Amino acid sequence: MSDVIAPLADKDRIFTNVYGFQDWGIDAAMKRGDWDNTKKLMEIGQDEIIERIKASGLRGRGGAGFPTGMKWSFMPKESKDGRPSFLVINADESEPGSCKDREIVRHDPHKLIEGALIAGFAMRARAAYIYIRGEFIYEAKILFAAVEQAYEKGFLGKNACGSGYDFDVFVHRGAGAYICGEETAQIESIEGKKGQPRLKPPFPAGAGLYGCPTTVNNVESIAVGPTILRRGSEWFSSFGRENNKGTKLFQISGHVNKPCVVEESMGISFKELIDRHCGGIRGGWDNLLAVIPGGSSVPLVPAAQIMDAPMDFDGLRALGSGLGTAAVIVMDKSTDIVRAISRLSYFYKHESCGQCTPCREGTGWMWRVMERLRSGDADISEIDMLHQVTKQVEGHTICALGDAAAWPIQGLIRHFRPEIERRINENKGSAPVMEAAE
Amino acid sequence: MADAVHIPDEAETRARWGAFAWTAENAEQAKKVIARYPAGRQQSAVMPLLDLAQRQVGAETQTNGWLPVPVMEYIADQLDMPYMRVYEVATFYTMYNLAPVGRYHVQVCGTTPCMLRGSDDVFSACKNKGLVKGGTTPDGLFTLTEVECLGACANAPMVQINDDNFEDLTYDSMSAILDDLAAGKSPKIGPQIERQTSAPEGGPTTLKEMVGENHDYRGEWA
Repeated sequence: MSDVIAPLADKDRIFTNVYGFQDWGIDAAMKRGDWDNTKKLMEIGQDEIIERIKASGLRGRGGAGFPTGMKWSFMPKESKDGRPSFLVINADESEPGSCKDREIVRHDPHKLIEGALIAGFAMRARAAYIYIRGEFIYEAKILFAAVEQAYEKGFLGKNACGSGYDFDVFVHRGAGAYICGEETAQIESIEGKKGQPRLKPPFPAGAGLYGCPTTVNNVESIAVGPTILRRGSEWFSSFGRENNKGTKLFQISGHVNKPCVVEESMGISFKELIDRHCGGIRGGWDNLLAVIPGGSSVPLVPAAQIMDAPMDFDGLRALGSGLGTAAVIVMDKSTDIVRAISRLSYFYKHESCGQCTPCREGTGWMWRVMERLRSGDADISEIDMLHQVTKQVEGHTICALGDAAAWPIQGLIRHFRPEIERRINENKGSAPVMEAAE
Repeated sequence: MADAVHIPDEAETRARWGAFAWTAENAEQAKKVIARYPAGRQQSAVMPLLDLAQRQVGAETQTNGWLPVPVMEYIADQLDMPYMRVYEVATFYTMYNLAPVGRYHVQVCGTTPCMLRGSDDVFSACKNKGLVKGGTTPDGLFTLTEVECLGACANAPMVQINDDNFEDLTYDSMSAILDDLAAGKSPKIGPQIERQTSAPEGGPTTLKEMVGENHDYRGEWA
């Protein structure tokens, strides 16, 4: 099914300090190759940097998989009305299952900060705001300190890296709201408001932060930039399959023997990923039930289908799911699958910002029905009704949170309808049948 | 918000917090925070200032802090914002406490990745130590909250207590952490099993040179 993907060699891993065995500080990072003549990278030129990122095939690492170079190219090349441009870096990592940006920020922050300068320069931004989720308290401390270090070395600020380009990096801490991972909600939040997504258009590249042209990129998308420029677009695009290039931080949680975060080649098969790095499935491969391959927002995939699937955007889309942030949630046969999905429904109910009615009302409604399906206290016809409601929420909200709440339930019904029906039938069987007295 | 905590009586709160003002150190920090944003965009500083204020209230009350209404008004004045805009922000984001909490705010993640790895056991451990979800223990030591995914899923199950994460928990290790805190000790933060951050238990499968030295892989780039 998948092309053969060669194991990724250590020398081709971008995040070499991902586990934090070594110091995150700037001197140690420079010994590992960060901030190595960044000026020379900037001399490549703004348009050429964007071309090289395009040529590398890098697709956004925050979930949607939009080509990063193309996103940068939407930014205005000159300001006709004096408005500055901004880069916003999304470190509001809150998708259940995702825990990769945390590792970059706390163990390899200088890759991110150098990437911010390169990306910001390429898109002609005046400054970058890194939006880090509030609960990453320790990580934010490191990020503040790392930015400080970069200023002290003259890598940021006026004449950054001696390039003649002025660029600032600021850190903005969130305070606990999943929705602020959505780009326009994030912009609202930086402006000091509730994080409620904006209607598009206008798109952020036209009017974003403070009404200025803005690009919002995920941490990983930004942090891989300098390495791609140093090693060449061809190097990066030599990994993975067509349209799904590069290396990727996978985050494996749930019922594997050794959960971990690991950088691998895009398109590695699920089985290889788990066997090579996670010590296999708990209780053996026969014990695998289902996998949520890309964070809570994507539909689950049953064991038989995921086994040999290539872990990339197109490979998982072909299975009716998605790569998302490559947050792989593994569930073995001991899992109460309805409860597992119902808990996600609770998550979306909790995190709905309340702006659009289908989501505000729908997420709560879907969760309550899911809880009844969990115990079997429902009617068979309610399965279809629930499915229909997910379809009424999906696509009818300003942002994708409505979709994200709908998809896990749709995936459950698609693949585990017999299990839901079994619970309902068993529940009916256990309850005394009440008949009207004649 | 049916499960929202009870917000203390306003007259009482005003009497206690009406004269809130930054400490000298925090006043300095507030200035620094406001300077991060463009002139005229000082509203952007509302989130960091609310956090700073909650920490100051925490320090003054020997708890993890909360945001009394007069404190929000103080911030609104400083940032030249309508009070209601500050209140909106404070109520929208979960990390702002609208009511007092204990010295330790025990935030157990209950979302699916943690649930799969045993967050039920972590809640049981809390329950057996007398912690009740949404409440503070009578001695004022612990407030227990079930929170949504905190982004440490490869180290599930986990809990955040004040500023520290405790990861790879079991019933026993969670009980021990609560005992230590109650006894005034500082339990080890991070993974509670033999494990380096998010590397596989037992040692990394990749980048093994990095374990012992700050290895520079550039020499191996072809």
